[in-house]
Amino acid sequence: MSIKTEDVRKILESEKFKMLVMKRVSVSLTLTVIMLIVYFGFILSIAFYKEFLAQKIGDYITIGLPIGIGIIIFAWLLTGIYIYWANNKYDKSVRELRNQILEK
Amino acid sequence: METFETTLGHANIASVIIFFLFVAITLLITYWAAKRTRTTSEFYAADRSISGVQNGLALAGDYMSAASFLGIAGMVALKGYDGLIYSIGFLVGWPLVMFLIAEPLRNLGKFTFADVVAFRLKQKPVRIASSIGSLMTIVFYLIAQMVGAGALIQILFGLPYEFAVIIVGFVMIAYVLFGGMLATTWVQIIKAILLIGGATFLVIFTLAQFGFNPINLFNQAAIKYSDAVLSPGGFVTNPWDAISLGLALILGTAGLPHILMRFFTVPDAKQARKSVFVATGLIGYFYILTFVIGFGAMTLVGQDIIAHFDKGGNMAALLLSEAVGGRFFLGFIAAVAFATILAVVAGLTLSGASTLSHDLYVNVFKAGKADEVNEVRVARIATLCIGVLAILLGLVFKGQNVAFTVGLAFAVAASANFPSLVLSILWKKFSTKGAVSSIITGASLAVILIILSPTIWVDILKNQQAIFPLKNPALFSMLTSFIVGIVVSYFTKEPEAQNKFEDEKLRTYLGIGSE
Repeated sequence: MSIKTEDVRKILESEKFKMLVMKRVSVSLTLTVIMLIVYFGFILSIAFYKEFLAQKIGDYITIGLPIGIGIIIFAWLLTGIYIYWANNKYDKSVRELRNQILEK
Repeated sequence: METFETTLGHANIASVIIFFLFVAITLLITYWAAKRTRTTSEFYAADRSISGVQNGLALAGDYMSAASFLGIAGMVALKGYDGLIYSIGFLVGWPLVMFLIAEPLRNLGKFTFADVVAFRLKQKPVRIASSIGSLMTIVFYLIAQMVGAGALIQILFGLPYEFAVIIVGFVMIAYVLFGGMLATTWVQIIKAILLIGGATFLVIFTLAQFGFNPINLFNQAAIKYSDAVLSPGGFVTNPWDAISLGLALILGTAGLPHILMRFFTVPDAKQARKSVFVATGLIGYFYILTFVIGFGAMTLVGQDIIAHFDKGGNMAALLLSEAVGGRFFLGFIAAVAFATILAVVAGLTLSGASTLSHDLYVNVFKAGKADEVNEVRVARIATLCIGVLAILLGLVFKGQNVAFTVGLAFAVAASANFPSLVLSILWKKFSTKGAVSSIITGASLAVILIILSPTIWVDILKNQQAIFPLKNPALFSMLTSFIVGIVVSYFTKEPEAQNKFEDEKLRTYLGIGSE
């Protein structure tokens, strides 16, 4: 595979590639921040506001149980959301750009 | 104390048979893999032939150690809700691995994560520094696994400790030495299926006693002990402690060399992300199971009895498996626990060997000029060295309280490996000196601060007052590592590396030129 440097430059400086990189960085950072907020929200409520998680929602069951289990499921769903975005949106642009470069 | 009959600690025919079956099958796979393990790409990365789903299972296998199976179930059994805090911390790192690391790592690297950190920087200094971070993480993790293996097998099978350590060492060396990454991957996959399958059955048998309704189980636990087992308790006394531990668990996951190495076994970035999705689902499901297992053990076996067998509660899952499934089922779960240790140790050894041979021998000592045959031979010698080192560590630390070494491994991974990896992927101005100083600062602070922390200074060295207040240093050591990396890079600008950063974008984001 030989790619001319000026072609590479052109692609690297194209709006399309810049958008792709920006989109990817912003999606991954947004999802990372969401995950950290949920996780540290949980940790901080354990540290400062135990009563919240100790509230009863049944005879004995506390709200902390579904919240704890829910965070595990939420973390997994978040990876699913990322996969969905990457497979449907990101990969499509990647394919287009790759074709542009490799055709030349 | 209530009376409780158990055969734990006596030779269990079922478990011996199942364990030998596991070893026989995995050695056969190793024989099969050995014929497909000749080149470097085959030895380190199974020739990139592993599918996303297979790698997801193998990642789960690498990550679910006996400590997380037996340790977390035990913690839940003795402490109730607080045990869940650990599970969640161990899981939440995975989405971050996916969002920040998996794909660029796959696109930029070849065999080790140091490939990515050193990609556009000066090879020698960066490789040496990142090898230090990798090897420290691996050695601390190995200590915990080997000592745990010896102690566990002693309790389970009545075998002498030294004998157990040597068996684990030899079988594991055989996997890695002959079968390389391909054999190691299949050992992980089989172990993951056994572990998740075993835990699922254990939960089904347990819930059968509560009309298949987990709410009945939790209610019974609250009635037997107190409401408190279902709410957060004394785990978090100092919020900074909790935050620091949380950071170590989640960012450490994203810096474990044996986990990162697995991303080079799949063909492309798409399969890399798929494997994290599969792994996160499996590990999350497994942690939910261990939570139910912990409460099952608390209710059906009882906290006194669990604590009587092991103060940390490590025997809870095993005692429960005999209580609900009889002697044969105990044998099965015990064999699975043994297989778990074997698989994790094999993954660690392969990763340590690749650091020694690929990063240090080839890229530092030989300045990148070593032929295939030579490199594979050196990788095999390195495997023997790490394998023997693992056995020695197991023997030397016999009877020591080494539980802290897992926390230390995660702290080093979060403070030395993670910052340099993330900065090299995301930040254009990252320089060689920045990377080296960030890694060295993170690694040494993590070790020094944990020695001065209550974990070692008070609990092990028996001093009155800890010099560093937090039990886990990650909050401080990780942040300092980032700051040092950024500040030093600002003062040691490397225009060449900055230009390369633009060019490597083609590879990072489009996968063009990836290996």
